[in-house]
Amino acid sequence: MKTEYKIIVDLIEEKTRVLDVGCDDGTLMESLKKNKNVDARGIEISKDKVQTCVSKGLTVIEGNAELDLKQFPNDSFDYVVLGQTLQAFINPEIVIKELLRVGKKTIITVPNFGHWKVRLNLLIKGTMPITESLPNDWYNTPNIHMCTIKDFVKFSKIINFKIFKSLALTNKNISNINNSNLFYKNLFAELGIFLIEK
Amino acid sequence: MNIKENIKTLVIKKPLKLDCGKTINNFPLAYETYGSLNKNKDNAILVFHALTGDQFVTGINPVTKKDGWWSYAVGPNKSIDTNKYFVICANVIGGCMGSFGPSHKNPDTNKIYGTDFPVITINDMVNAQVNLLDHFEIKKLFSVVGGSMGGMQVLQFISNFPDKASTVVPIACTASHSAQNIAFNELGRQAIASDHNWSDGKYLSNNTLPDKGLSVARMAAHITYLSKKGLQEKFGRKLQERDALKFGFDADFQIESYLRYQGSVFVDRFDANSYLYITRAMDYFDLVKQFDGNLSNAFKKTKAKFFVISFTSDWLYPTQENKDIVIALNAIGADVGFVEIKSDKGHDSFLLDVPDFLKTLKNFLDKSYIER
Repeated sequence: MKTEYKIIVDLIEEKTRVLDVGCDDGTLMESLKKNKNVDARGIEISKDKVQTCVSKGLTVIEGNAELDLKQFPNDSFDYVVLGQTLQAFINPEIVIKELLRVGKKTIITVPNFGHWKVRLNLLIKGTMPITESLPNDWYNTPNIHMCTIKDFVKFSKIINFKIFKSLALTNKNISNINNSNLFYKNLFAELGIFLIEK
Repeated sequence: MNIKENIKTLVIKKPLKLDCGKTINNFPLAYETYGSLNKNKDNAILVFHALTGDQFVTGINPVTKKDGWWSYAVGPNKSIDTNKYFVICANVIGGCMGSFGPSHKNPDTNKIYGTDFPVITINDMVNAQVNLLDHFEIKKLFSVVGGSMGGMQVLQFISNFPDKASTVVPIACTASHSAQNIAFNELGRQAIASDHNWSDGKYLSNNTLPDKGLSVARMAAHITYLSKKGLQEKFGRKLQERDALKFGFDADFQIESYLRYQGSVFVDRFDANSYLYITRAMDYFDLVKQFDGNLSNAFKKTKAKFFVISFTSDWLYPTQENKDIVIALNAIGADVGFVEIKSDKGHDSFLLDVPDFLKTLKNFLDKSYIER
């Protein structure tokens, strides 16, 4: 399993209610059910992936986070998870606000556009960066709102949410992000993982 | 039609108070079963049929000699696997395949009911069918499954009997019959009523049949079960056994011929008055109103696991109406999954060979059965 998923599983307490937004093929949900005995629900936009989740016995609804989070009451989940999709939304601000409304706690993972390889790519080639984790061209990428770890931390102050835990994933190593190391983490981490609350 | 010997019937002695205010008792409920009930009696699935269906879900229908209406989905190793599950299906009351309906004789007058038969509702239908659970000594069904009007019965059933099913699968249906659907049903009813032979519903006593009216009703309804794209691909403007237009009103086009055929075979197996009664029951269905405008309250008492399925090209019971059920369930934190299956086959998709649908239904049931 992806290191990212292991970190998320560790962040979630046992026997809680979890909504995985953009649950993909249900790998994370399965692991949460198995390891943390959670009541896991998922939303997924792809019909094929919803069908894969159903074949794994997972409770998933086909839907779009930008339209379909509305139906869930306030605080109806202990955790809402959004893995690496914030950058794909038309309006990330509305999505974050919805996640915070529906979940008591929210876990968001952000692919770091501030990574040195991305920066170097743009600096030297002068074209939009293409890396292992960002394999698409500028004209066909679903990632229309890329941000850096630093951007996300700044965003917490702009739209006013609390970051309870921020972790950096660098070459499969996990470390804490704090004010004093933010510059380095923003340069070397591939992924930021944030536990946030309203 | 000499159908009696092929039909299993349960006579329901317990009085049933209908929504219209009348009470019926000692009435027949015709049913069929497939597979076998296990020792714990926890592998039973109650399937509800749609408007023109009957209890003969799969295999050869002993009356029509054609494949059962859900042969694609129900049978050994199929989506509803009869090697694993005990499948029960009853003909709805108001129907014409052996259950208490308008073609039966009124014991008080010794005359055929016709339109003197009480108006029945979806609620009445499920309240009649729940008696089958007592008959088979089943405390809790593993699942209730149905498409279209069958889906409406699924929703009404779990609302009335919240602890009588572990899983609930409404397919291509709605919680509240729309104006458009009432309109189409009214078109069908008026087609029947305007057939001179209908004689205010007394045709059986007169030894006539409103074949033409019923056939037009079926033709109109059949169009609503398909999609524009499906029709265009299957028929387009293809001509029927001719090279050129005949400049007349025969069936020049294949689609005309197809609809006429659908109408003509339907009258052989369906009763016109039953068509009136059952479409009326669908039109009266409004689970939202039953719960004072809050559909969530219909499902508040149940712990069942729901799985809602809709189809992309179904414009009769469109995805949004199915999604409204999902939204109501999510609002109370119920266990609900939902998928919209891609298909060009319109509302009829649930009855046809649509592999993604059949696979998903099977996966949901089989996984839920293991985890129950």
